[in-house]
Amino acid sequence: MNKNAKRLLKNFAFSAGLLLTVTLIVIAIAAPLIAPFDPDVQDTSRRLEPPSHEHLLGLDDLGRDVFSRIVFGARVSLRVGFSVVFIASLIGISLGAIAGYFGGIADTLIMRLTDILLAFPGILLAIALVAVLGPSLNNVILALSTIGWVGYARLVRGQVLKVREMEYVTAAKALGAKSPRVIVLHVLPNVINPVIVMATLGLAGAILSEAALSFLGLGVQPPTPSWGAMLTSGRRYLGLANHLAIFPGAAIMLAVMGLNFLGDGLIDALDPKYRKLMD
Amino acid sequence: MTQYIIRRLLQMVPITLGILTLVFSLIHLIPGDPAAQIAGENARPEDIVAVRKALGLDEPLWKQYVHYLSRLAHGDLGRSFRTNESVAAEIKERYPATIQLAFGAMFVALLVAFPLGMISAIYRNSWIDNVARFFALIGVSMPSFWFGPLLIIAFAINHEWFPVSGRDEGLKSLVLPSVTMGLALAAILTRMIRVSVAEELGQLYVTTAIAKGATRTKAIFRHALKNALIPVITVLALQFGSLLTGAIITEQIFSWPGLGRLLIQGISTRDYPQVQASILVIALTYILVNFLSDLLYGVVDPRIKLE
Repeated sequence: MNKNAKRLLKNFAFSAGLLLTVTLIVIAIAAPLIAPFDPDVQDTSRRLEPPSHEHLLGLDDLGRDVFSRIVFGARVSLRVGFSVVFIASLIGISLGAIAGYFGGIADTLIMRLTDILLAFPGILLAIALVAVLGPSLNNVILALSTIGWVGYARLVRGQVLKVREMEYVTAAKALGAKSPRVIVLHVLPNVINPVIVMATLGLAGAILSEAALSFLGLGVQPPTPSWGAMLTSGRRYLGLANHLAIFPGAAIMLAVMGLNFLGDGLIDALDPKYRKLMD
Repeated sequence: MTQYIIRRLLQMVPITLGILTLVFSLIHLIPGDPAAQIAGENARPEDIVAVRKALGLDEPLWKQYVHYLSRLAHGDLGRSFRTNESVAAEIKERYPATIQLAFGAMFVALLVAFPLGMISAIYRNSWIDNVARFFALIGVSMPSFWFGPLLIIAFAINHEWFPVSGRDEGLKSLVLPSVTMGLALAAILTRMIRVSVAEELGQLYVTTAIAKGATRTKAIFRHALKNALIPVITVLALQFGSLLTGAIITEQIFSWPGLGRLLIQGISTRDYPQVQASILVIALTYILVNFLSDLLYGVVDPRIKLE
């Protein structure tokens, strides 16, 4: 194991975050093997049953196994999380690189657009978009990507502005390299570390936002198990069947906390200066 | 300063226009024929025509936009599909509830973050500091839509100290929603106060004060705290904006009759004028608060040259 990896693992936040995140991913991938029951099979005669040996986390308002639904819910969370981070970072990195590298009118246009999007509270815009497009998994991904790319664009632009003036970039240009080649081969590798940190924290943010939208009834529609939607229906049975609200919420919190720990640990390990960049 | 204010106000013009345009376009983003969607599944063709006419959707886009802006300039936010009442009146009624909640949350956050952040900074790297930092980490990761129900279970159902929902019992009703919404802010502020106070404690003027015979407590409260508060105030003001959006979720948890709940109700009943107006008012308040917090920044610290 190399020195950097060892140092990373010594960082408590990072190790704890890595453990939680890996667990989350394994659960999502192996959901059918881990879940003891079909998450959609109802047994209305046993609705709202509290946790027992047979049903570890109890049964929900339609008599479905809560544990199995949480296990399958990990798939929804991660699918939204990874899709949003992928789309948002792709758009953000491209636009940020273009704005920073070429400057001029492209820079002005892109930056003014980010100004407007940043002036608009993110979750509100997501709610507005899902409200008009209709609630669905894909629209949640679309809405969260629409607000998500801004951070990457500003981060990458700032870094590119710095790197652009470096001698090795001038050298590459002097040797006749074209702009796309300079950007992809020489500029981007130097901005990738903070982007990775932002993506990790962005994954946590996307999972939390998906849960929030689903909680508001604007996300994934039933019967697909989503942690946020499970919490909404659980809220109706507070006092009667508290386990319906407690367990899905705990799942959201552990997933988000794991990714936040991981991101925090990465900041400390890669470069503490990144903390400022993430704001 | 005056110059700065004018320049910032001018900067707000394109942003405000951008937000107005965004909110205006929302209705046109509805997939398919917006009028048909709004009229509902079982609408007769004449209903759809009526909706189209009522919303002015039959006019050219630029005309719709001009009408929209001129109506807004007159304070007309349209009429609710559901109640046929003026949306502006409804918003006026709900607005104070949201602001009250935001201030409640801020109060709770300060109540927790101040002592915790200070103790954390003074006894850095001690067990109490670790507890405070752990709290801060939990606080930022805990989703409000989980924390809220947990509070309801503990303090409204198991112990009937506070009402489960609504705004009918005065201050008592305000407690749980404020704590729910204030938690994340408390966590952010605790971190902020800790770092800020610790930084000032390391400054030479604090050492000087102690060398001249000031007690440690005096050095902290008389000298360090004043300077440490500058970044805290800014963050606090900036965060007020995000409290407004946080209210959307908290109001839903506690059936709090504010703007956020109005928005979500509007969405579920497809009451688009109400949805557009709620979004517009929340967004405009948000940028106004951010503008004011920028100004505050210059007021609390004259050293800061407002560029």
